[in-house]
Amino acid sequence: MSYLEYSVKTVPSGFRKILFLNWALVLLLISISSVGFLMLYSVAGGDFDPWASAQMKRFVMGLCLMVVVAMVPIWFWRNVSGVLYAGSLVLLVLVDIMGTVQMGAQRWIDLGFMRLQPSELMKITLVMFLASYYDWLPAHKTSKPIWIIIPLLIIMVPTYLVLQQPDLGTSLLLLMGGAVVIFMAGVHWAYFAAVFAMGIGLITAVFQSRETGWQLLKDYQYRRIDTFLDPASDPLGAGYHITQSKIALGSGGWTGRGFMQGTQSRLNFLPEKHTDFIFTTLAEEFGFVGAFSLLLLYALLIIFCIFAAISNKDRFSSLMIMGIAGTFFLFFAVNMSMVMGMAPVVGVPLPLVSYGGSAMLVLMVAFGMVQSAHVHRPR
Amino acid sequence: MKKKNAASTASHSRLTRRALFLGGAQIGFVGLLGLRMRYLQVDQADEFRLLAEENRINIRLIPPARGEIYDRNGVLIAENEPSYRITIVREDAGDVQEVISRLSTLIELDDAALNRAMTEMKRSPPFLPVAIAERISWEEMSRVAVNAPALPGITPEVGLSRKYPMGPEFAHVLGYVGPVSDYDLSKLEDPDQLLLIPRFQIGKVGLEAKREENLRGKAGTKRVEVNAVGRVMRELDRREGEAGSDLQLTVDQKLQTYIQARLGEESAAAVVMDVESGDLLAINSSPTFDPNLFVRGISVSDYSQLTENTYRPLATKSVQGTYPPGSTFKMITALAALEEGVINSESTVWCPGHMKISNRRFHCWKRGGHGHMNLETALRESCDVYFYDIALEVGIDKITNMANRLGLGVKHNIPMSAVASGLTPTRAWKERARDSSWVIGDTANSSIGQGFVLASPLQLAVMTARLASGKALEPRLVKTVNGIDQSISPEEIPDLDVNPNHLRMVRKAMYAVSNNRRGTAYSQRIIQDGYRLAGKTGTSQVRNITAAERRAGVIRNEDLPWERRDHGLFVNFAPFDNPKYAVAVVVEHGGGSKAATPIARDITLQALYGEDPPLDAYPKKDRGRIKAQQERLRKEYPQLRSDGRDRA
Repeated sequence: MSYLEYSVKTVPSGFRKILFLNWALVLLLISISSVGFLMLYSVAGGDFDPWASAQMKRFVMGLCLMVVVAMVPIWFWRNVSGVLYAGSLVLLVLVDIMGTVQMGAQRWIDLGFMRLQPSELMKITLVMFLASYYDWLPAHKTSKPIWIIIPLLIIMVPTYLVLQQPDLGTSLLLLMGGAVVIFMAGVHWAYFAAVFAMGIGLITAVFQSRETGWQLLKDYQYRRIDTFLDPASDPLGAGYHITQSKIALGSGGWTGRGFMQGTQSRLNFLPEKHTDFIFTTLAEEFGFVGAFSLLLLYALLIIFCIFAAISNKDRFSSLMIMGIAGTFFLFFAVNMSMVMGMAPVVGVPLPLVSYGGSAMLVLMVAFGMVQSAHVHRPR
Repeated sequence: MKKKNAASTASHSRLTRRALFLGGAQIGFVGLLGLRMRYLQVDQADEFRLLAEENRINIRLIPPARGEIYDRNGVLIAENEPSYRITIVREDAGDVQEVISRLSTLIELDDAALNRAMTEMKRSPPFLPVAIAERISWEEMSRVAVNAPALPGITPEVGLSRKYPMGPEFAHVLGYVGPVSDYDLSKLEDPDQLLLIPRFQIGKVGLEAKREENLRGKAGTKRVEVNAVGRVMRELDRREGEAGSDLQLTVDQKLQTYIQARLGEESAAAVVMDVESGDLLAINSSPTFDPNLFVRGISVSDYSQLTENTYRPLATKSVQGTYPPGSTFKMITALAALEEGVINSESTVWCPGHMKISNRRFHCWKRGGHGHMNLETALRESCDVYFYDIALEVGIDKITNMANRLGLGVKHNIPMSAVASGLTPTRAWKERARDSSWVIGDTANSSIGQGFVLASPLQLAVMTARLASGKALEPRLVKTVNGIDQSISPEEIPDLDVNPNHLRMVRKAMYAVSNNRRGTAYSQRIIQDGYRLAGKTGTSQVRNITAAERRAGVIRNEDLPWERRDHGLFVNFAPFDNPKYAVAVVVEHGGGSKAATPIARDITLQALYGEDPPLDAYPKKDRGRIKAQQERLRKEYPQLRSDGRDRA
């Protein structure tokens, strides 16, 4: 069912819309972000500067942005999703060119009040554009190869551009986020099975080819893989971060070492403690109880989104919500796997908790879309 | 429309299925993350907690204060003084060159030390402090401290460093300390962690080295919290170490200082030993050097000055130098003969000035001969022929045995470096070392302390003390350790096991040496009753007199180059009727015993009086010269005045 098929009259209008927001979701977002404020305050050595206060301001701004986005009817967003996608793509290309000119990786555009990362923006516009594509595409065509190539291109072009920056983490999220939407749209299982099999085959080939004539990767890349698989083999080199991160987590124990008492983070044994590795500080200072609570909050958010997607009869809304939820899930799953030594270190922050403006605002806009879909859902 | 609805319902139910599947997978992965969290934080928590503690806690050693050393009267002769140094931390300094140039406007920087610091800085991690100036004064230190804001990375530090307030007088007894070297470490199997502290001072030679285990003390520890780059954030706790034990020596600082002054620039050694306890009251070697130079790290020019000096200031001649004892050995030959019953006090030998032994002429020092000689006159006038004669009858084995019993050829156990055992030759030794068999002429040479016999001044003092006491005294240098008395009571000292009558005869003869008009040391006698000394002169040849020289007549020692002149020796004990001190003096290349005898007398009187003796103790004709000498010494060595206790 499409929004054109239900009566607009049943949808609330004007400021009454605010009452129809999913307030539980808002509460969840505030809770998760508050954990972030607390940890940013702690890693700054008990100071709101330089991170916690800036993060709070951005969160408030993000909440406002979310409400504004939620007020705008979801069909408007569907209609402009192509334009938004194209705009993000242009910005990405622009950043790539400027970055090249300035002899270094540049991921952001200065908007004056903040620095915007087009790659962050792309995470949501890509999902929206794919959702609108499948909303437009008749259901029986979804598994036709020709109609699969188009969404693949939609995904691959920005992924490639981001990979060029280079930003492995974000490109991975784009790829997987897009894949979630394609999967949700109902593309045949066989395609995913094939991709999965190819992936397994590729990994096997990479390992099998080592120290043979047709070696697929460079030696140093193999060493990086070794380090990931066994960080202890290089405790002071590349494995240092992951070893220290695990020590911090483990030393937290059941209840942690106490707020601002984490020696690993306070004495700088943890890298990037306000961004990618902020979870380790939480785990060190609040232990298993604290770390697991955050994980539960995230899981709750995902469950909320899945139910919102299922209960929404609008196809675009469902696909978009699932895409956003999938991206969000990947965010924290990759980050936590990384700091717990289950995945290689790729720069993926912990959503809503890590310090960072673009990610925070983009996520809030994304949840604004989820709210808009909820407010304007067919009744 | 209905069909389309149906299709849309179908696609929506598929979407629902897939959403549930994906959601399930996601929640499943969340469960996996939870399990991993549980594994790390609950199952392995203890292990990781330990690793975190290891990360943050560093154990640092606190160097203990080295034990201080006092003389027998409690005068401080080795102490610890605060030493200020400047360290720089590369990381904090930023522009190292700029900071150092600013520092150089405040204090004087030594180029060599600076270069060393620069190389060390390149080698070590940027957060470790490196010393760039050591032993700066308190004023310089405060100047740096006041200007601290302009000197990032610069820290003034205070530590302890050895200081020898007496300077050269005790250089040979105490030795000196210095920073641990790689060579020192390579000699030790399991070095004390303390030794790994940069610039930690350990005893290098002398008592400082031999009593290192007493003096060093035990390290304290402090636990500090460090951050990831190793910078100390705070101190968690500390356990103070144990300071090294204080040592009190048997040496009398005042006497030691006097003797050093009296020996002056002469290449000589003197030992004063207490006849009752074996305490070494003084043990001097001259010329000497300032041990403080070594503590600071001696400069190349100072060091080469010491090593190139022909008088060898670095050698501890008192224990390390061995000399043919010459005529001072004659008491041993006499005692051996008495104990064997070869002679008694009455038996005489005719001295015609020489003696023919296996077709070789052995001369007496007196060409014309002494005539009839008995034990007393032979020792008194130091007749060589008498001793040749009795030695041939006694045999070398008995003589060597007696020498060993009196402390010659034995390595005495005192905590000083390179204590020599000297040499008392035996037949077996000659077979082994010289690869030739013992001949009768060797016995004759040995009987008058020439030939192979070698003894250190310490051994000569021990010999004299044993003769005077009849006890097997052992020399002692350390009186107390940490206040605990180390001495053994006089009753515990074993007897020499020599017939007391024989000892008395020898002592009487020694008395005659300096109190009989015909004695070889009569001119250097003490005339004060109750203070009179009994001694024996000795002259030891350092060259063989060639036949050509003999034909040309005896060359006077004064005409020879210094290094070919005879050594002068004198041993004595005093007072004769109640022996208190035994003294041995050796003057290298002094040209004969006359170089040693006056020194020994001055030392004896100084020891007996505990200060400059009254002039009445000296024979009338010496008094003017002695008075002038006392005044000169007091002028040249201000530390001899006012109880000798003002410190440089």
